[in-house]
Amino acid sequence: MNDKLQQAIQTVKARFEVEEHTFSDEHSLIILPKDLAAICQVLRDEFQFNMLSSLTAVDYWPEGEPRFHVVYQLYSIDDNITLRLRAAVPGDDPTVPTIEGLYPNANWHEREIWDMFGIEAEGHSDMRRILMPYDWEGHPLRKDYPLGYEEVQFTFNADEIDRKKPYVKE
Amino acid sequence: MVQLQEVTLDELKHLVSDRAIQGETMLLNMGPQHPSTHGVLRLMLELEGETVINCVPDIGFLHTGIEKNMEAKRYEQAEVMTDRLDYLNTVGNNLAYCLAVEKLVGLDVPPRAQVIRVILAELQRIASHLVWLGTQSLDLAAMSMFLYCFREREVILDILELVSGQRMMTTYIRPGGLWRDVPKEFYAAVEDFLAYFPARIEQYHGLLTKNPLFIDRTKGIGVISAEDAIAWGLTGPTLRGSGVDFDNRVARPYSGYEEYDFEVPTDTAGDVFARYICRMEEFTQSLRIIEQGLEKLKELEGAPVRSNNRKFVPPPRSELGTSMEALIHHFKLWTDGFDAPAEYVYMPVSSPRGELGVYLEGDGGNKPYRVHWRTPSFIHLQALPVLSEGLLVADLVAIIGSIDIVLGDSDR
Amino acid sequence: MGIEQKLGNMGIVTTTLEKAVNWSRTRAMWPLLSGLACCAIEMMHAQASHYDMSRFGMELMRASPRQSDLLIVAGRVSRKMAPVVRRLYDQLPDPKWAIAMGDCASCGGVFNNYAIVQGVDEVIPVDVYVAGCPPRPEGLIHGILTLYEKVENEKLTKWK
Repeated sequence: MNDKLQQAIQTVKARFEVEEHTFSDEHSLIILPKDLAAICQVLRDEFQFNMLSSLTAVDYWPEGEPRFHVVYQLYSIDDNITLRLRAAVPGDDPTVPTIEGLYPNANWHEREIWDMFGIEAEGHSDMRRILMPYDWEGHPLRKDYPLGYEEVQFTFNADEIDRKKPYVKE
Repeated sequence: MVQLQEVTLDELKHLVSDRAIQGETMLLNMGPQHPSTHGVLRLMLELEGETVINCVPDIGFLHTGIEKNMEAKRYEQAEVMTDRLDYLNTVGNNLAYCLAVEKLVGLDVPPRAQVIRVILAELQRIASHLVWLGTQSLDLAAMSMFLYCFREREVILDILELVSGQRMMTTYIRPGGLWRDVPKEFYAAVEDFLAYFPARIEQYHGLLTKNPLFIDRTKGIGVISAEDAIAWGLTGPTLRGSGVDFDNRVARPYSGYEEYDFEVPTDTAGDVFARYICRMEEFTQSLRIIEQGLEKLKELEGAPVRSNNRKFVPPPRSELGTSMEALIHHFKLWTDGFDAPAEYVYMPVSSPRGELGVYLEGDGGNKPYRVHWRTPSFIHLQALPVLSEGLLVADLVAIIGSIDIVLGDSDR
Repeated sequence: MGIEQKLGNMGIVTTTLEKAVNWSRTRAMWPLLSGLACCAIEMMHAQASHYDMSRFGMELMRASPRQSDLLIVAGRVSRKMAPVVRRLYDQLPDPKWAIAMGDCASCGGVFNNYAIVQGVDEVIPVDVYVAGCPPRPEGLIHGILTLYEKVENEKLTKWK
């Protein structure tokens, strides 16, 4: 492992309550949501993790506890190292603090996890839906949201489905 | 179904300045049906005369639910979805996804397959840049460039069709290798292209690079500094135009890119013209990579293009008639797929637009538990208000072209 | 028959109004310059040098729906885009036609999910469906020629 990455992980481990997870040379730190902004601040200012590569969430419904993990992929261009933070967010109060002030491109990502998972970024400047229509109900990427599958037409049920389909007739 | 959405205006007031609410500045809606937004992008512009005071992008008009749909499919089935994300970089998307799956399950890829992957990815990069060049110059009123670029792109699509049977949505790269080996006509086709294309690059340079009209429209427009570009997460030619020498092919090499000799073009100005120069130079560099790849490929003639790990890669057709084991594996893989561990990986690759990252999480079963695409267009679009502030609407069009967005990529 | 024989070789052609109008409609059909997704790239290819759709009187793609009479729905239509597509169609002046280009626009294609309208015919009436994902430019051109056949056979009483 890269020395600087090692150092960064040790520093965060010493200062905050985190759990480390390693798989296939990728390092993740599972953190508490309340520490998120502080950890990002440390990583950005002391260890030059200057780019937020990716921000997403995972839903572990129904068994997983806590329900969501919000995944932050940080990258340092100067040192070419990458570190993943995973904030474990409970399902009954899905909020994470915003890191928009540290990484400006978190803005749209946080809107996206609000839109897709219903995880709210506290303190966000513009909390609106981003991908779905404004009047959409529900958060599609949650596991309890159905895929919205439409029955496929075969010979035996073609007519029946055809009758149900809302075709536009002139 | 077909009603327009009703939104109370109060929710949107914070997006514009007070002057707009008092009626001093004009609010103009651009898109989603607009010829120079490169797809279904909607921009809400706050204008003073023709000067853009604020620009609020509205995306999602092409939201396809690909991430959700991939969760409902097995690993190998989900690959067809990846083509349709960034439809100018189909091979690159396949590559990113397959690399992520291979990383998750720990699968090796034979060297010949890696070389073919690199050649096709670079051909696709050229094809994608050709669309960028054609549409960018079309937006800046150079109609003939569009026709020239699409003429060349046709040659590349023919090569893709030669190897995969499809012009755009190839799904040719598979986890553990390729669908099948390239046909023998492939070499001649690529060599022809290598011989033919450098003169075309010269022609493009001749038409645009010193063209005063083009320079007036691009120099000093949409400037972003290196620090800002990194903070906004810009990657690819958009970042390199600001002087940051960063490319995933060099920084985090994949698929054997470390064995190729090529340069990552950068420029320092950070404006539309600098990004143009970077992409133009990438044509040449991609040709260099393809040339080296072709030589490697000839050395590896007859080598396998799929992994021998039968737990993940179906056996060749010829074995099915003679081997019971092969038949079992074939049946198992095509009916049930393979299982991946309950782990997560992030695989960044260099798409023509920038860093394309796949976050892939398995749950021990045969379907991905979560796939997230870190797409360059999504992140680049976000920086559009910063890039376009204080410029004219006509410049905005040039900037949209220069950050090279694909709406399928940003909306997913 | 009758009048041509009487007038001899004077360069006069007689036809019905129906045929003449239908013929002229097919020879200058202006599609709307509107691409949604992947198929838009193939539509651009059909317009560009190699396939050259202008051979069929369609070199002029108009960016404004008010000036066009053919809507090529090139790509998947999301739930957010559907009202916009409908509005574009409504803005086309009569007579107007629509082509659903590609599987996604025809029936939802591979995207059988919450976000995509399962066929643009749920939103606008479609005249010709072009299969393929994406269809080749030849496929699109064939679709347009099929539409021409349809237009040429339209009855005067059914005109709008």
